[in-house]
Amino acid sequence: MKLKSKSEGQLTFRELFKKGDTPIKLSYIFMGTANILNGQIIKGVAFLALQIGFVAWLVVNGFHALSMLQSLGTKAQGWVMDESLGIEVQQPGDNSMLLLLFGIAAIILILLFIFLYIVNLRSARKIFALKQAGQPLPTLKEDLNSLLNEKFYITLMSIPLLGVLAFTILPLLYMISIAFTSYDHNHLPPKNLFHWVGFANFSNVITGDIAGTFFPVLTWTLIWAVLATATTFFFGILLALLINEKGVKGKKVWRTIFVITMAVPQFVSLLLMANLFNGSGPVNAMLQNWGLIDQPIPFLTDALLAKVTVIFVNMWVGIPVTMLVATGIITNLPTDQIEAAEIDGANKFQIFRNITFPQILFVMAPSLIQQFIGNINNFNVIFLLTGGQPANSNFHSAGETDLLVTWLYKLTVTAADYNLASVIGIIIFVLSAVFSLFAYTRSSSFKTEGA
Amino acid sequence: MKSKKRNHLGLHYTLLTILSIVWIFPIVWIVLTSFRSEGGAFVTYFIPKQFTFENYKMLLTSSTYPFVQWFLNTLFVAICSCILSTLITIAMAYSLSRLRFRARKPFLKLALVLNMFPGFMSMIAVYYILKAMNLTGSLLALILVYSSGAALGFYIAKGFFDTIPMALDESAMIDGASKFEIFTKITLPLSKPIIVYTALMAFMAPWMDFIFAKIILGDNVNKYTVAIGLFTMQTKDKIDQYFMAFTAGCVLIAVPITLLFIFMQKYYVEGITSGSVKG
Repeated sequence: MKLKSKSEGQLTFRELFKKGDTPIKLSYIFMGTANILNGQIIKGVAFLALQIGFVAWLVVNGFHALSMLQSLGTKAQGWVMDESLGIEVQQPGDNSMLLLLFGIAAIILILLFIFLYIVNLRSARKIFALKQAGQPLPTLKEDLNSLLNEKFYITLMSIPLLGVLAFTILPLLYMISIAFTSYDHNHLPPKNLFHWVGFANFSNVITGDIAGTFFPVLTWTLIWAVLATATTFFFGILLALLINEKGVKGKKVWRTIFVITMAVPQFVSLLLMANLFNGSGPVNAMLQNWGLIDQPIPFLTDALLAKVTVIFVNMWVGIPVTMLVATGIITNLPTDQIEAAEIDGANKFQIFRNITFPQILFVMAPSLIQQFIGNINNFNVIFLLTGGQPANSNFHSAGETDLLVTWLYKLTVTAADYNLASVIGIIIFVLSAVFSLFAYTRSSSFKTEGA
Repeated sequence: MKSKKRNHLGLHYTLLTILSIVWIFPIVWIVLTSFRSEGGAFVTYFIPKQFTFENYKMLLTSSTYPFVQWFLNTLFVAICSCILSTLITIAMAYSLSRLRFRARKPFLKLALVLNMFPGFMSMIAVYYILKAMNLTGSLLALILVYSSGAALGFYIAKGFFDTIPMALDESAMIDGASKFEIFTKITLPLSKPIIVYTALMAFMAPWMDFIFAKIILGDNVNKYTVAIGLFTMQTKDKIDQYFMAFTAGCVLIAVPITLLFIFMQKYYVEGITSGSVKG
């Protein structure tokens, strides 16, 4: 394996500038000059064209975008007296939201350009080194060929990375910035401006008005994540063992029955469950018909019962998944230990507790923590099943069963408190990060990667 | 001894049967309801008094709820993003697993960090970016969002590529193969399980997702995917009228997806177990 280490004696860019000839020196101002004057015409022209495009953009849009980033707009939309007409006309005003978005996009573009500039200097340095060694410079064809060989990763990754930049990084940076502004339902662009407010939103969530919602929701989120992960994991393994027991016939059929429920889209199965457990839904109707209860059970409308129901329904959704994965592991487990234990007279439960379960746990530990994080972010089950209901009048835009994520969704879509939503998003991130770090440092892939 | 063994298996079968009934019950209920001819969202009995195809007929011909159009939309989005996402995921996973370059480790860490933000924290920003590109309300926007997300979901596929012995690559390199040739002629043919797994997941995502779809497609009913479409039939004021049509729609969606999943199950297990879970 070829490791790309910094080759000995490679020049710094400062040394290169001192030692280089005029084309190389010019490359520091006009990108690509060294390439053009040394015969790599197309590559050089591409560099230069990108530079010209960048400068043009900077003059037309870039400077404005950057300068507005500090204030996020000063002119509010409103009616202004037009002296010449003698009437009031509507003045469009600044749109803080777009100014912020464009400002961040501008910063990303500038960083991209700086990266390109360094690539340009590296290219000049390579020319310098090759010429000193008296070797021929690579032609365009050789450069392109290297994209299928030693630089194959560039070919494979550049388009996906552009997508990540546009649809993940830029939006995320934007939303993180929102957490430090006053972008809420009282400051909605384009009618109003919003401004930077520093850490005010964070203190509002942790000690201010919103704390009364935040801490209960956080507690429930953690309880939910622990219970949801533990129940599906434990019972999923039990189910897998049940099906894979020696002598049980029709393993495939049993497995398929459970897999079917896993394949049904969640919006179908969960919306259905919501109907099943409705106050006047079939479950209540049946129990009443059988004379087991007089009153419908408030499965989804009583705060505590709703939480229990959510966890039970999640078992319905999650157990088959664990079952399927655990099946893969169980069929690969070495059986000699189990056989030895059987000979020693251990019963099923002892074998499960002392041999099978620890082995499965060991293999699945990393994915277990991933599931835990997944459950912190388990939007579907809550949103489709209860929608966060039952309501709690003490909460700000949240119900009893709302997780942090569904609360985040409601803060954005219903309440339009974008700044609070962003703070919650960042807090969810911190939670996930802490648990992932824990999982990552313990997983074996971390050890082999040696990162 | 023998009767004890039978007893013990009998317990297994009883348990499995009970569990199966619990798991299948909602699905049987939805199928039965979709054929029910009596109106209303809820009735107090489980098996319908009269069976009918009206619900399906209504769903397939209704103009307020263009189900066929939704179905075709979703199929289109699913096929396109399935192809794109699979290409992207495999390309990313392969690069990060088998190729060595300076930005590799920093990028692996960055991806881990980016994945930890809740996905739809940024949905509003994504909406405005798409709006700036004049793409909101279009299926193309959905495809873009789904497939660009694929670039960060490479971890399972990477785990799979990590398990292919490096010695294969090295011997090919000695024989003079370029990285491109190693990728297309050696690694890809060995990677069928993970390719099928990735494609399956990517194909199923658009059928299930409706948060992003709802935000991006807005009120453009003709561009709805089935998930949003059926969800809109569920609102309180419509549920009494459309509940059976809704269940019929659910059946129409769930059947092909379920069959696909059952046939591809093998690859799902192989993908998951060889990709993500390591001891």
